[in-house]
Amino acid sequence: MAIYATNEFRPGLKVLLEGSPCSILENEFVKPGKGQAFSRVKFRNLNTGRVWERTFRSGETIEGADVLETDMEYLYNDGEFWHFMKTDGSYEQFEAAAAAVGDARQWLKEQDVCSVTLWNDSPISIVPPNFVELEVTETDPGMRGDTAQGGSKPATLSTGAVIKVPLFIEVGETLRIDTRTGEYVSRARD
Amino acid sequence: MSEVDWRPGCAIETLHARAAALAATRAFFAERGVLEVNTPVLASRTVIDPAIESVAVGGRYLQTSPEYHMKRLLAAGAPSIYQLGPVFRQGEQGRWHNPEFLMLEWYRLGFDAERLMLEVEELVDVLLGPAPCQRVPYRQLLAARFDIDIDHASPDDLASICAQLGYRADSDDAAPSAEEALDLMLAAALADRADGRTFVIQYPPNQAALARVTSSVDRPYAERFELVIDGVEIANGYHELTDADELAHRMAVDASRRGTLGLPVPKRDERLLAAQRHGLPSCAGVALGFDRLLALKLGTQGIAPALTFDWNRA
Repeated sequence: MAIYATNEFRPGLKVLLEGSPCSILENEFVKPGKGQAFSRVKFRNLNTGRVWERTFRSGETIEGADVLETDMEYLYNDGEFWHFMKTDGSYEQFEAAAAAVGDARQWLKEQDVCSVTLWNDSPISIVPPNFVELEVTETDPGMRGDTAQGGSKPATLSTGAVIKVPLFIEVGETLRIDTRTGEYVSRARD
Repeated sequence: MSEVDWRPGCAIETLHARAAALAATRAFFAERGVLEVNTPVLASRTVIDPAIESVAVGGRYLQTSPEYHMKRLLAAGAPSIYQLGPVFRQGEQGRWHNPEFLMLEWYRLGFDAERLMLEVEELVDVLLGPAPCQRVPYRQLLAARFDIDIDHASPDDLASICAQLGYRADSDDAAPSAEEALDLMLAAALADRADGRTFVIQYPPNQAALARVTSSVDRPYAERFELVIDGVEIANGYHELTDADELAHRMAVDASRRGTLGLPVPKRDERLLAAQRHGLPSCAGVALGFDRLLALKLGTQGIAPALTFDWNRA
């Protein structure tokens, strides 16, 4: 694997820090007066999503991480693993464990295309599409005529996710959801 | 085909702001009878300071500061002088660093550090508008930030502070050196002073650079000061060392540090030494990063928008 020195640290560079794959967010060159130069670096730990800040002596090196972000179609869940397939025509399949799928699980619909981060060829994180369309499987009966005013109620979707929806939504309808906020956007158009 | 980005990194209004700041600076010194000079940018000798790397060109060095030539002018009988000119530092690139930058450096005959600090304050008031300026001794700054007395800190104390600051040591060279630790602590303490103007004063003697050391007190200190504005270092000044033997000694210490660090050791500047043996008049001098000051005036989040063409465009 490649070795990178502090002057090669760029936002987006994937490196191995203390055993975890990380993406560099920011690299600030710091040099007090006539003192020695440092790099103050912010990393996102790709396993946990947490941000780490570390300071390196200028010129120090760290190892690159074999990390790749790629589009994959979500296939199915076998009870233990979530299965994905590359969309580049290779039909290559990968299985992701619960830790990698994380909260994305509540938005995964078969055949939707997700962004999958691979580290050493294993999925470590899944980002669902920004918008997904899911069917309502359970909610209190809709109230006729109440289409304009506010007020909301919980609704359970086909994936098991529970979101807030307007009062007029009925079981069986398909809704458009923003996965970044987990909020109802609209009824899906056919 | 991608389009070639030929445009400057600054707005055209920035050219006006820069020209106005330069004119105001020249007027400031003209009013005070300080003479503008020009000294060589490319010279046969350079600094030996371990933390400053010169750019070598054709067997010569682009100057990292006009200090040595200006001191030779003073030794030859020049009055108080100032210079505005480009200086170069290899590898210093970042949000607040550009390897080539405009330095304002000036020397005042008969001034001490405090008197020169007052003049720096006046110039900054002219360029940025008036604001109060604190003075904090170096040891006190670190004591307040890290609850430590640096003169009695053990290597373990320093290492644990560095670890708190996120310092990540090489696997094969674990502990930071004391110098590294202090530099790191100073950088963190200065970054915390995100608002306002502060002079850091009274540096420990081992960080005197070319300042004289006051040793008639309990804790000797170097008569060196550094101006920090909104967390950004702007100027570094000294009540200048005039003793030629002490200068030769400090050059030897720097050369040996460079050797230890495996860095190239430039030959020492015999002409500076000879000038100082002849006699450097008692004076104080300061170097100010003009582009950074302009960036603060413009309110930019780094040095690049204050330059016409930063390193990536030049």
